[in-house]
Amino acid sequence: MKKIYIIAIAAATGIGMLAGGCSKDFLTNDPTSILTTDQVFGSKELAFSALADLYKGYVDQQTITNWVEFTNFDEAFPSEAGNYWRAQQTDFPYDWWNLWNYDYIRNINIYIARCSGATALDDADKQRFVAEARFLRAADYFEMAKRMGGVPIVTEAKTYDYNGDPSYLQQPRNKEAEVYDFVLAELDTVMQYLPDDATVQDRATKGLCLAMQSRAALYAASIAKYGVNTPGVTLPGGEIGIPASQADKYYQISRNASLALVKSGKYSLYMKKPDDLADNFASLFYDKSNNPEVIFAQNFKLKSGTVEGWTLNNQPRAIAEEAQGGRINPTLNLALKYETLDNKYTPFKVQSGAGYAYYDKESDIFNNRDARLAGTFILPGSQFKGKDVDIWAGYYVPASGKIITSTTFGGQAQLPGRDYKEQVVGFSGPIDGLEFSAQTGFYVRKFMDPATGSGQIGTQSEVWWVRYRYGEVLLNLAEAEFELGKKDSAAIFINQIRRRAGFTKDLTPTEITFDRIVHERRVELAFEGHELFDNKRWRIADKVWNGQKITAAELEAGVGKATAPNTMAYGLWPYKVYDPGATNDGKWIYKIVKPDEVTAAHRFQLGNYYSTINQDIISNNPKIVKNPNQ
Amino acid sequence: MKKYSFLNYLSLLLLLGFMGSISSCQKDNYDAPKTKFTGHLVYKGTPIQIKNNGLDVNKEGFSAVYFELWQDGFGKSAPIDVYLNQDGSFSALLFNGEYKLIIPPGQGPFLSIANTETGSDTIPLSLNGNKEMDIEVLPYYMVDKADFTVGTDSVVSAAASVSKIITDNRAKDIEYVGLYVNRTSFVDEDNNIAFKTIQGADIADLSNITLSAKIPKDISGGNIGIADQNYFFARVGVKIAGVDDMIFSDIVKVELK
Repeated sequence: MKKIYIIAIAAATGIGMLAGGCSKDFLTNDPTSILTTDQVFGSKELAFSALADLYKGYVDQQTITNWVEFTNFDEAFPSEAGNYWRAQQTDFPYDWWNLWNYDYIRNINIYIARCSGATALDDADKQRFVAEARFLRAADYFEMAKRMGGVPIVTEAKTYDYNGDPSYLQQPRNKEAEVYDFVLAELDTVMQYLPDDATVQDRATKGLCLAMQSRAALYAASIAKYGVNTPGVTLPGGEIGIPASQADKYYQISRNASLALVKSGKYSLYMKKPDDLADNFASLFYDKSNNPEVIFAQNFKLKSGTVEGWTLNNQPRAIAEEAQGGRINPTLNLALKYETLDNKYTPFKVQSGAGYAYYDKESDIFNNRDARLAGTFILPGSQFKGKDVDIWAGYYVPASGKIITSTTFGGQAQLPGRDYKEQVVGFSGPIDGLEFSAQTGFYVRKFMDPATGSGQIGTQSEVWWVRYRYGEVLLNLAEAEFELGKKDSAAIFINQIRRRAGFTKDLTPTEITFDRIVHERRVELAFEGHELFDNKRWRIADKVWNGQKITAAELEAGVGKATAPNTMAYGLWPYKVYDPGATNDGKWIYKIVKPDEVTAAHRFQLGNYYSTINQDIISNNPKIVKNPNQ
Repeated sequence: MKKYSFLNYLSLLLLLGFMGSISSCQKDNYDAPKTKFTGHLVYKGTPIQIKNNGLDVNKEGFSAVYFELWQDGFGKSAPIDVYLNQDGSFSALLFNGEYKLIIPPGQGPFLSIANTETGSDTIPLSLNGNKEMDIEVLPYYMVDKADFTVGTDSVVSAAASVSKIITDNRAKDIEYVGLYVNRTSFVDEDNNIAFKTIQGADIADLSNITLSAKIPKDISGGNIGIADQNYFFARVGVKIAGVDDMIFSDIVKVELK
């Protein structure tokens, strides 16, 4: 029986092979793994998916899919053994943040040329696709200008003609101002072909063009205005540096774009949970249904393969859904910047006279503050996903002045006068030098996904990465108005942001200063990728990260001053008081600590203002001039 | 038993082959460079004292002062970076040949001087055998003198005199002057166990700057401090506004009494 089967199969195979070999069009078959240009631009769906690929190339420096970038600048400490070096390295390498992605620019240029020439697409589709591609190109030039200064503006895909001399392809760098002008003009042109629809939040819209103009023009303006503070950061050809005379022009452009967006009335500040402003601020970043504030975000979707691991990486260790998390530890440096509700910069009170300040509840030390503190941080004594985050560093025994703690998560020890062991440290730490524990006493809350499973490797999260939001536009507007001398108007817009954070007393126009503007951006836009580029454009980065070690007292004294050094990460650790029979038993004290892994003071050198252009780029194109001070 | 001996033969053969491959690697196309290029960066013959070129192997030369050597005629051009030691000296092993030496603008607490031969900041360098050369530069400031005394209670005091070298329109202000003390002879703004700075605006007399810093008793888990060592190294540095690299005095060994 078996034999017969085998023969039959062999025969069938033979026939099959014969049939295959006889096929006439064998050499002219269409490839099954590649789509041709005609096919792609012959259908709306395929042209759209090619565009989606271009959206994928959008560049972010700090982003939720690259958590570690947030830990370079003392906004946060990296609680992962492999990244402690970030708190131990003094200088930022000159080639950090460099970007020269002309392969991406070329892909966009090819897309624009082919899509514009396509005959099978509707005019409306074509127009929108091309406008979106041009938007992405403008966005990328803006990104390159932020990091490299003036770069060559290439708007068509060039082809080499194999004549042995490639010099006609070599283009010198444009001026820094020219790149900003190009970005602003492109956005002006394409916004008329893009939908004016606030519900479109992961593709280009008219609102997004205005928001990007608002930001880009503000960058150009502040480089022009504050360039005087770093006279060495210029190039004679204008590739770096914008003349101070152009500052007002750019502030005006930024102001007009912001104002147009505000007046359109299509966006508003997120205010779905007015009863709990901290929770409201946190939801702004993860609520994807009818979110009126988000202008542009990178989107994710569960079970699609396109998910992100921010919550996985940063979930409180005590309630983690995997044996990891807790990587980003926001610092005391940042926490200190959140004002008390009387509009004052108030340090956390850890001392009372000669002794410690005692608090009834663990979270009481954070009471009466800017709601954005609890909206941005996971604080000791709070909950995440409905469970206690369990952050406390040990027991403080006033009788002996000793600390009783353990070096493992939730570790046990015996308290004096007891005959059994019990938990003496939180399951989230803080434990110095133990990765994933809250080594600063804090975890991050912004962008954290409260959904079940978001902390599992196999599920992860579909919370989006917000790139542009209405709140930032209001701050841009306030800054532009302030710089143009209209403090009244600046106060109006900055107060809208502050009211949402729970402040009941408005700032008066005279209270609006440069320091105030800088401060408000730091607390509102923390963990949204602004810190480095803001400090660069204001030309204060070399002062903020000046390489000099700082003490906790200097840190507290510097809050509210734009140029105050902020070079080393500090933390704030809670301890439970063990003093049986005394009034303070069961209360809480706090200590200011510097994690032992923090050894170096960060230094931003003048050569860091614009990143290195790699030598092979200059070798290929000798017309490219090097960036200064490197 | 027989099987074993066969295996032995096999391993012997493999070993021979391996040795063969090693010896064949010895013949290389080029000999290693062996021309020594050494010297100092100087101002009127006095070496420029700067920061050490970094002790971390992974970040060698990082953030310290360097100059570039370029050589034409080898396809894509890339510089050879030569880093300076803290006493302003340098040394490099190179092939003989024609080089161009450039101190990149913004490097070091000084300006480079235009070369008389090229009329630019490019210095032609012809190597044919070992060469020692001092490169003259124009510092913004020089620390002329720095005397150190150790008082009671392990306080190091410095009396320094600084002179302004560039006084024309390229002149720059002093951001701060600092005293740095370390336990090893590598001393700068990053490598120190005690330091004290005075802001440029607070300096009344450049020729009479006094600073003092107290050496801690015990730090880093009791490994460093006066409890463990009775001598230290000190130097004074000047941070110039708008210039990344500082200029320093000589490093002086100070002993506790």
